[in-house]
Amino acid sequence: MRVYHFSEMPYPAAWEHAEREPIRVSLPNKYYDPKLGADLLNQRLDEYMLADELGFDLMFNEHRSTTTCVVPSCIPTIAMMARQTRKARLLALGATIGVRRDPIMVAEELSFIDVVSRGRLDLGLLKGYPAEIAPSNMNPAGVNSRYWEAHDLIVKAMSNREGPFNWEGEHFHYRQVNILPRPYQEPHPPIWVSCFSPFSAVEVADRGYVCAASLDFNMTVGIFNAYRKRYSELGRPAPGLDRFAYLCLVAVGNTEEEGYERLSKVRGWVWSSGQTPEQYLNPPGFNPIAANVAMMKRHPNKSSWTHHTVGRSGNAFNPSTGPVRNLLDSGMGFAGTPDQVFEQIREFHQSVGGFGSLLAMMQGGDLSHAETTDSLRLFARDVLPRLKELGIPDPAQRVA
Amino acid sequence: MKTQVVRVRGPETEVLECGNGSPLLFLHSGAGPNTHSTEYLERLGERFRVIAPFHPGFGSLPRPRSFRSVSDIAYFYLDLIAQWRLHDVVLVGAGLGGWIASEIAIRTTAPLSRLVLVSPFGIKVGGREERDFVDVHAMSPEQRAALEFNTPAYASIDYSGKTDAELTILARGREAEAHYGWEPYMHNPSLRQWLHRINVPVTLLRGADERVIARRNHEAYVDEIPDCELLTIDGAGHHPHLDAPADFVTAVIASGASRKPSVVAV
Repeated sequence: MRVYHFSEMPYPAAWEHAEREPIRVSLPNKYYDPKLGADLLNQRLDEYMLADELGFDLMFNEHRSTTTCVVPSCIPTIAMMARQTRKARLLALGATIGVRRDPIMVAEELSFIDVVSRGRLDLGLLKGYPAEIAPSNMNPAGVNSRYWEAHDLIVKAMSNREGPFNWEGEHFHYRQVNILPRPYQEPHPPIWVSCFSPFSAVEVADRGYVCAASLDFNMTVGIFNAYRKRYSELGRPAPGLDRFAYLCLVAVGNTEEEGYERLSKVRGWVWSSGQTPEQYLNPPGFNPIAANVAMMKRHPNKSSWTHHTVGRSGNAFNPSTGPVRNLLDSGMGFAGTPDQVFEQIREFHQSVGGFGSLLAMMQGGDLSHAETTDSLRLFARDVLPRLKELGIPDPAQRVA
Repeated sequence: MKTQVVRVRGPETEVLECGNGSPLLFLHSGAGPNTHSTEYLERLGERFRVIAPFHPGFGSLPRPRSFRSVSDIAYFYLDLIAQWRLHDVVLVGAGLGGWIASEIAIRTTAPLSRLVLVSPFGIKVGGREERDFVDVHAMSPEQRAALEFNTPAYASIDYSGKTDAELTILARGREAEAHYGWEPYMHNPSLRQWLHRINVPVTLLRGADERVIARRNHEAYVDEIPDCELLTIDGAGHHPHLDAPADFVTAVIASGASRKPSVVAV
């Protein structure tokens, strides 16, 4: 198993204003102090560099107009790390091409990164979080077809070797596409897609891309099983573990209590993710009509996953505020001593049928630089070597 | 109220009809012509043959794939008018429907007797940092309803008791509104320069409590159209036909009554 470290690089100092202003989209940026921001961003980048030295791979994401993730584009972050790291895979998860106006520029900039890093880029292509609609002003109606057209165009631009080609699609128009540099990896870096439903796993399986599930045991079982089922329907051999990834919060301590305490700080991310106002979480047309009908039936909906999650034992809990131990039950987080964390991951890996990559948010909320580096070192010393030996789980023990 | 699915060449949409008399084509605001009430249509039906379609992309039917802009809807209605051989049509458009009605009338007024614009969108007159229209997508559904309506029952959100079919119409309406009006926001930058072509009498009705569209925007609309008067409806917000149906219908009936067609040649 490969393990990717990541942080959304938040600015939690502004979260005290959440009572009066949403901390996403509309919080005035006067509440962001760039001097403190410089300290925080450089700490996070230092942690990425340390993680590279310790044997982790690295994952990067992006959100706009938000104190939950002060990274408007993952591309400049990865570009810095392409130069300052030597070994790690660099996973963009991802470039949000459903809310970007220029897919060719995305293809060019990420190819540049792939060349500078000598082929270490993993290329996550995402639709984008609904709250990116307001900052980008991209039309939320039709985002799905725009996403797939941008995907098709980027893949073709990266793969094409024979000079300019023409593209006059429903959403994008170019008459001379011929990117330089071309990617280091042939024909393009491995493509990853985040899946949030079994339905979305099917179209990812069709293309054989890496399927990243996140934060929840039951959903992950549904997504991975849908992916495997689709492979079977297509008459392909069973997908390898490298086609599956799982994203969650991870905190290691020198004692169980210290691990839990660190997880309780990392999960500030869960709380902050629940602070998006409804109008930015569900812009018109972003979600299918049937999903909107279901939402209206629940209206007013006060039970998003950030406040209402069901664990494997069937118990509902609030992951933002309840006992942090609950996060272990649903697989939203792994925490404790190195031995405990290894055992939690091993058991989860077995139950969902295995995955080749763990995407570990090891910094979140107000977890300090010192705590983060200690957690990373403990994981690298006592967990990572044992995870590398995790093989293909016994299918008989998989949850159906 | 009769409802039928009407096919105009390829595309289809649902059309409500009631009443007898000269034809009145009503182009809706919001999610459809009947999403809050049909009282205003029934009152109009006492005087006119009222034809009230859902714009293609709104209602129960999916949007025709090739419909990209308000101009597609305008041509669709011109084809509908031709297919049904309508003439001397009183064209009434509210909100987005007012924008569509303007796009029809700059193309031709031949089948029209007069035009009534009800708190129309369609043009922008303010500077690049001014908002002619409140960004209704930057507020909660509750805030938006309270902004648009005076009538308490419409100014709050209550989905309970609605069927899946009714909720589908609301959801599709919201999606279609974004599809046609997201960017540029609820206007066509080219429309204003052609409003001079509208050579039938025009009345622009505006609620006294309109809180969505700046008054200067509607004043500019009136200035650009050769024969246009601005009337205010008391007690009404952004949807005067729903907040004040009786006064709205009185104003439609009176519109153009004392005025002669303009002499502007097209």
